[in-house]
Amino acid sequence: MESALNLAVEQAQEAGAVRIHSIRLRVGVLSGVVPDSLRFAFESLRANTPAEGASLEIEEIPALFWCHSCRLEYQVTNLMPKCPHCHAFSRELRAGRELEVVSLEIE
Amino acid sequence: MMSQQPDSEIHTAQLASGRRRTVQVRQAILSKNDRIAQRNRALFCARGILVVNVLSSPGSGKTALLVETLLALKGDLASAVIVGDLATDNDALRLRTSGAPVVQLNTGAMCHLEAGMIASALKVLPLDELGLLIIENVGNLVCPASYDLGEDLRIVLLSVTEGEDKPSKYPPMFQTADAVVITKMDLAPACGFNRRLAMEHVGKAAAKARIFETSSKTREGLDGWLEYLKEQQRGKCARHVGPS
Repeated sequence: MESALNLAVEQAQEAGAVRIHSIRLRVGVLSGVVPDSLRFAFESLRANTPAEGASLEIEEIPALFWCHSCRLEYQVTNLMPKCPHCHAFSRELRAGRELEVVSLEIE
Repeated sequence: MMSQQPDSEIHTAQLASGRRRTVQVRQAILSKNDRIAQRNRALFCARGILVVNVLSSPGSGKTALLVETLLALKGDLASAVIVGDLATDNDALRLRTSGAPVVQLNTGAMCHLEAGMIASALKVLPLDELGLLIIENVGNLVCPASYDLGEDLRIVLLSVTEGEDKPSKYPPMFQTADAVVITKMDLAPACGFNRRLAMEHVGKAAAKARIFETSSKTREGLDGWLEYLKEQQRGKCARHVGPS
């Protein structure tokens, strides 16, 4: 979360902002990061920064796999890459490892 | 920038007229780490060094496997190790018994290695002489999965003592594995290791991974693992020299 906050503050300052009202993140379910932990860390870290009082919006990205045999993309909820049609396990992850700052609302 | 404006009245006016606006950032939070990792990767490529990132839970036998690996490769493939732990240089001392150069990184409270730490460690290694660099990551099946270090291969260990379903419990780590090394096979009978079940879990979470079943104690299965490393290193060298 510290890296995310630093990146947000850097970008806000570059845009000439004095305050950050909200930070929007995209977090893939396979990124290794837990949204609740991010929220907890954000509340401790935001004090005395331009993001003091800012809100944190987290868009969770589901894991998206590609099945070579069925030639289709599918989402999974339990993190295991099992194709819903042929039940084979995918080798190709197409989304779900994202961890990025999408946008900032600044003033 | 407003903060550099010396006139406080103007500053206030700008603030008052300042409207909320949205700026698009679209940057990876770990982009700094990823940039350094790419620099590491370019440096390794230029020298034809194969780099493997070795990951597992604590106590699954990374250091034991690596000591045996270094001893077996001695004279065949010049290797070095960067090893990460929160504290102590115990692992470095064990690894040095092989004669290979070893750098111990102490991460303090950090649960993983980052690309910048690798870049610093490279300064004290004889890079021009190396064919293989092994990075023994901090024992942890969660956070190290998110940090690219500039490696070619991710090797994830699973010891027979820790439960056959580890790959299903920690999918992000196992999904990034190029190879899974099952360790402590000599203990398999003693702990009732269910090989079929373990293979099923590995196959599901790490479908693209090569699997090796080894024991560092009895040296069972090490030949296949060593051959894999040599073959990957030859491949890297060939790419480094380029097609003739």
